[in-house]
Amino acid sequence: MELSGTPQRIVTAREAGLVACTRCGRAWPLGTGICGRCGAKLVSRDEGSLQRVWALWLVGLMCYVPANIYPMLRTQQLLTVDESTIISGAVELAHHGSFGIAAIILIASVVIPLGKFWAIAFLAVSVRQQKSFASHRRLLMYELVEYIGRWSMIDIFVVAILSALVQLKGLATITPGPAAFFFALSVIFTMLSAQAFDPRMIWDKQTKDNEAPAHD
Amino acid sequence: MSPMSNATDLSRGPLEGLIVCPVCDATYNLQRPKNGERAVCTRCHKVLIAPRRKAGMQIIAVAVAVVVLITAASAFPFLQISAAGRSNAVSIIDAALSFTEGPLLVLALMTAGFILFVPLLRMLLTIYVLVPVVLDRPPARHAIKAFRLSEAMRPWSMAEIFALGCAVALVKVAGLATVSFGPAFWMFGVLVVLVIIQDNFLCKWSVWNSLEHPKG
Repeated sequence: MELSGTPQRIVTAREAGLVACTRCGRAWPLGTGICGRCGAKLVSRDEGSLQRVWALWLVGLMCYVPANIYPMLRTQQLLTVDESTIISGAVELAHHGSFGIAAIILIASVVIPLGKFWAIAFLAVSVRQQKSFASHRRLLMYELVEYIGRWSMIDIFVVAILSALVQLKGLATITPGPAAFFFALSVIFTMLSAQAFDPRMIWDKQTKDNEAPAHD
Repeated sequence: MSPMSNATDLSRGPLEGLIVCPVCDATYNLQRPKNGERAVCTRCHKVLIAPRRKAGMQIIAVAVAVVVLITAASAFPFLQISAAGRSNAVSIIDAALSFTEGPLLVLALMTAGFILFVPLLRMLLTIYVLVPVVLDRPPARHAIKAFRLSEAMRPWSMAEIFALGCAVALVKVAGLATVSFGPAFWMFGVLVVLVIIQDNFLCKWSVWNSLEHPKG
């Protein structure tokens, strides 16, 4: 029963004097504080959401800097000790010919985090701006950020597996560096930042623009 | 389900007959799709309701399987490494707890949480909530809170990301030593597939609805 493509005018819960529960989809009269079905807090539009988005975003970004400066892995082989950061580790892998894995690491730990910072900032700025940008494209961006964000954790798991596994006394040992801690925090805070964003705001501007001539 | 033709229509009829899209706030008259069909928001294409025949029973079965697999996979050796006569076998718990110094201990607890405890707890909560629903009994005590917690933990359940992390780690170690898989490795592989199936079978709206209107 997929109904898409029928260009009918959509009424939002707010226009109808209702407030929706974002957790279970139930509608309540505007002003209801708590959803009677699932107990979630009801807010028509989460006005404070942007502040939380920016605060968490900033913490995430601040953690991302040391995550790239400090070493992620400390590899001890016989007499040599090698400390590699995220980027130098990937470059080294590429040198050994594992381009695929180097690409996965670069994408998961550099491209995706930076893309996320940019995308969240863009969304948060764009819902405040007057001119409307294609809502569908913004929604796609939001969903991408929500879906992909967790995958940055892969680097932390790789470090965890490597440092547990490679413990061959005298031959080779791998220990995690401080960057692992900061990187994990950065991923967690950007995930929280994306979760704090209220996607319903993406559509409000567009609705207002469409209605502007009809009102007065 | 059809979009509301105008806002005043919403004042007629009970609010229970409405469903609101959590992503874009579009409000619809509730028409339950048949089993196997899906109700999709016409504006943002979010799947609102997707019931399946006997979904409850299947989800419970998968959840039980996942609980067994997680418990078993965390006890058995997971990966084994050997080089020049030295070897080291680790379990998933070892991998998660490999961060042991100072602030890295926090990271160890988080890693263990993301790959073992959060998935495990989610499955237990799912079983707790769904068993009475499937048996047409009144909902379990605090079932609403339990399901809410389970949904809130969804993005933090990262078993599938850990699985891909293993693949990356294997390639990184391959040049250094010989790696062999323990029984837990295969269990974890199956587990990841089950978790993904689980997430696609569960229709949140149907669960909330049956918690609100228990048959028993």
